[in-house]
Order: sequence, then C-alpha cells, then structure tokens
Amino acid sequence: MPKFSDASLAKVKEIIARYPEGRHKSALLPVLHMAQAEFGGWLSTETMDYVASVIGIQPIEVYEVASFYTMFELQPTGQYVLQVCHTGPCCLVGADKIIAHLESKLGIKVGDTTSDGLFTLKTVECLASCGTAPVMQLGRRYVENLTEAKLDEMIESIRGNKS
Amino acid sequence: MSRKILLEHADVPGIDTFPIYRQHGGYDSVEKAVKMDPMAIVEEVKTSGLRGRGGAGFSTGIKWSFLDRKSNNPRYLVCNADEGEPGTFKDRYFMEKLPHLLVEGLIVSSFALGTHTAYVYVRGEFFWIIEALEVAIAEAKAAGFLGKNILGSGFDLEIYVHPGAGAYICGEESALLESLEGKKGYPRIKPPFPAISGLFGCPTVINNVETIAAVPWIIVNGGPAYAAIGIGRSTGTKLISASGNIKKPGVYEIDMGITVEEFVMSDEFCGGLLEGRTLKAIIAGGSSVPILPAHLAFKTAAGEPRLMTYESLFDGGFASGTMMGSGGFIVLDNTACIVRNTWNFSRFYHHESCGQCSPCREGTGWLEKVLHRLEHGEGKMHDIDLLVSISKKIEGHTICALGDAAAWPVVSAVLHFREEFESHVKNRGCL
Repeated sequence: MPKFSDASLAKVKEIIARYPEGRHKSALLPVLHMAQAEFGGWLSTETMDYVASVIGIQPIEVYEVASFYTMFELQPTGQYVLQVCHTGPCCLVGADKIIAHLESKLGIKVGDTTSDGLFTLKTVECLASCGTAPVMQLGRRYVENLTEAKLDEMIESIRGNKS
Repeated sequence: MSRKILLEHADVPGIDTFPIYRQHGGYDSVEKAVKMDPMAIVEEVKTSGLRGRGGAGFSTGIKWSFLDRKSNNPRYLVCNADEGEPGTFKDRYFMEKLPHLLVEGLIVSSFALGTHTAYVYVRGEFFWIIEALEVAIAEAKAAGFLGKNILGSGFDLEIYVHPGAGAYICGEESALLESLEGKKGYPRIKPPFPAISGLFGCPTVINNVETIAAVPWIIVNGGPAYAAIGIGRSTGTKLISASGNIKKPGVYEIDMGITVEEFVMSDEFCGGLLEGRTLKAIIAGGSSVPILPAHLAFKTAAGEPRLMTYESLFDGGFASGTMMGSGGFIVLDNTACIVRNTWNFSRFYHHESCGQCSPCREGTGWLEKVLHRLEHGEGKMHDIDLLVSISKKIEGHTICALGDAAAWPVVSAVLHFREEFESHVKNRGCL
C-alpha cells in the first residue's frame, strides 16, 4: 500500500485548503501529480485508491480523471520517458525524422520500453514550444531544438551513468 | 518598430525577481488601482478596447461587466494559462520571462472584479513555470501586495496556481472550470455563462494570461492611451508566436496594424523564408483557424495589404480570410505538404476531442482516417468532398468550439489546395 511522506501529507493538506470548504475534490489533479512522482512514475489502482482516501472522495472519481488526462501513466514506464511532440509545427521542421531516429537508436517502437527498463518512447501532442521545435518532454523539463546528435549524446550519457 | 508594452523589460537580468521587477515600475499599477473605484477600472479596460487574447477576441471590459456582482456567492477570477493550441507558445514565453507581470495583472483585475481568490490554471507540462509563479506569488505576498489588507486598502486576495494534466480541451473555459473542480475536462452547456455561474457555481471571470498582463499598463497609462495603439477595433499590442519554415521563430510583440508581409519578411520579426524557398501558406492564429494560401496571405482578395489585425485577417470571411485566433502564426513553405499537415492537425483534434459530443468524437476520427489514406496513397477522388461533408456535419453541432476548430482547417485546406489533394489521389501519395 503506497503512503505519502509526512511532508507530502502536509502538502496535500495545504493544497486542499486552496479551495472552498467542501470543494476538496479540486485537489485531485495536483495530488495525482504528486502521487505519480512519489510512487514510481505511474498510477497503479492501489495508488489511485490511496489518493481517493487521502482527499476524501470515491475511487471511481479518481479513475475517471486519471484515465482522461494524458499526463497520468496507468502502466509502468521506463525510468526515462521521452515524450516527443509530433504536432504540425514540430513536423514542419523534422519531428518525424527525430522520432524515426529514436526508434532506431533505442531499438523500440513508439509506445514501447527498452528491455533494460531505461527508456520509454512516446509521442505527444503540441507542447507549446513550436518556436524551438522539434521538442520533447523529459521528466519535468523540455529538451528543445532537438537534433539527432543531441539525442545520441543524451542517450549515451544516461546509459553511461547506469553502467 | 513595434513598441513593447508587455515585453518592455523581458530581457532585463533578474526581472523574474521581485526587487528588480519593482525597480522597473513593477506593481505601480496596484498602488494606483487600490485608490480607484473598482468600476472605474472596469470602465478603463472597456475604453482601452482590450480583447481576449486567448483566441476568441471578445471585449475584456464587456466580459468583466457581465460578472454578477449582486450574487451572495463569492466571485472568482481564473487565469487561463493552459496554452496548447498548436503553433502557440506566447504565454509560456511570457510567464517564463515575466511571472510578476502576470501576478500584478491578477491583483489589479481581482480588485476591479471584487474577487478574493484567483486561480491560475497552468498546463501541467510546464513544471518550471508553476514553480516560478509560486515563487513570484510568495514574493509579492511578502511585500504586502497579496494576502490580507493589500497596501492598507482593506482588500484581500489570495492567488493559487493549479496544474492541468495534458488535455487541450481544458483551454476551453468551461472545461477548464470542470478540471479545476477535479473532474474530467468536459465543456459545459452555455448558458449559464461563467459570469453568472462559473467555478463552484459562483460568478467567475476567465481571462487568458496575455489579457490579464495587459491590464497594469492600461491602469498606469489609461485606457485611451492603449486604444490609441493599433487600428480600429484591434487596439494595443499582441504577442505573436511565430513558427514553421521561417528564419527566426519566436515570440514577437507587435502593434496591431503592421502588415502580414512585414511580419513575415522583416528582420525585426520572422526574418523571412529560408534561402531558396517560396511561401506556400500561412496559418495566422493557431491550428484551428483557416489556412491561407500565399496569394491571400499578404494581400486580401480585394488586393489590399493584409494587416495583423482582427478585422484584416478576417477580411473575406472564410472564403478568402482567416482569424487572429491565439496569434499562433505558422508559416509553410514550398517544401511543406498541405495534405500531410492537415492530416496531422486532424489527428491532433481526434486525440484531443473529449468525447462528449458524438459529431466531434466520431467526426474527428473519420477526418483523421480519410486524410491518412489520402496522404498515404490510398485515397479516392470522392474522399476530398467527403472531408468537406464530414466537416460540415461537425461544425456548429457540438457543445464547444473544438468541433469547429477541427472542421475549419480541413475545409479551408480543401478550398484553397484542392489540386494538392487531387494530386495525392492521382499520384498515390505525396510527390
């Protein structure tokens, strides 16, 4: 059973207090983000049930929200999730080639995770970074003006740190 | 040269910190506003002619005046920072550079509206912006510009940042409210409008980041000074996100009234096309607006120079014009494929359709499928008219404007580039 740290529980309380009395359900998105970060990068049923109990709402209310929003992972992912934008403006300046390069470099298809569990490759819709396209999200930041060389260097560096 | 109102201090080192921001005149508008009658602020904003910068272009002052002030319920101000319209990245750039200007705008706007709680709904992917805004809010509070009894005026205000979680639909204001209430982002049927029954069923104003950020300048300099910039009903400056096949992608603040040609070709803005390329099309206001072919980009159908104003971009209606939208300005040169780009956008709308209304839920999927087969050489001639037929059955038949937004790019692409679609059928795909 997952359980937030005391610091996180205090944070949850502070978040719930941002909304009027009886509107604690508003805390759901922020608390789901916290849960995903704290419990392994994805939301298991146990995690969602726990979030429901912490906020004081029904588990079904958590499931329907977690499954609606694309930032919530409902399956385990690799340690590093490469989320490459494949919407129009990125594709005008080479996002398709970047995605093909990543597939070949990692030896997986979009949606898959490498066998060492290090990388998951995903495509996402517009990240609001069209002026520095192509772009991807990696954890809590963006990597912009992507080139094949830049990606190769990044992947090698992550692999190097692990071996 | 376009003047800078929003971005005047954007490149000052440390402008994202309270002391430096304050040294450059930051929060002056709060000092002035709390001594004003709140309704006088609303009037000033009305006089300025400021229009909603998120895409709809509705008068901000009039929207504010719709707020139900007689209700016994609390009132709310919600800032829409859920930037997600393809081609648009101005709010992100602005919040990274000038988080305090947004906070300042929220304080003055809240004072005018009589709201004591404001929420900033930021798209969840912007982790670093959420943190920056929370720091700015804490700094403003420590300096007495937020919290209880602001500057001794008796006015109380708290601002909270609320993260989204990756749903384009939550940029639609009623879906945003649902999301802020911890639900799926399903747009609400209107009426009632948020000004009467919005967040938690209470009177609510929802404004885009750029709209709220324009308020401090208007209060310091006066509505007439703002109205003096621009042409006709397109007053003030506008942030334009420029992307695609241009030399200098980026965010530019323009006086509304410069020509589209100047914006694309001048070194002050987009810097022109890449060497040896020619202009094929522009998408002036984010992926949702009609695409314009090159011959209608710089000039209207009547041969007049096309301007970067709400009215001039719309000149000719959907037959030969487009819309300002969010100011997401995408340039396509001769290497871009219109069919491929249209398919790409349709995939986007299909992915982002919330699924509530069947014309949009099913129709966006059909559009994506038909465009996919055209792009991949499996299309038939009748598919081209099928695209228009599906689009017309989505447009106007849904609760929110996402359906229209999915239809317009397709209809306009077929209208202006039919030959390119036909060539995809004849040649079995892209040449």
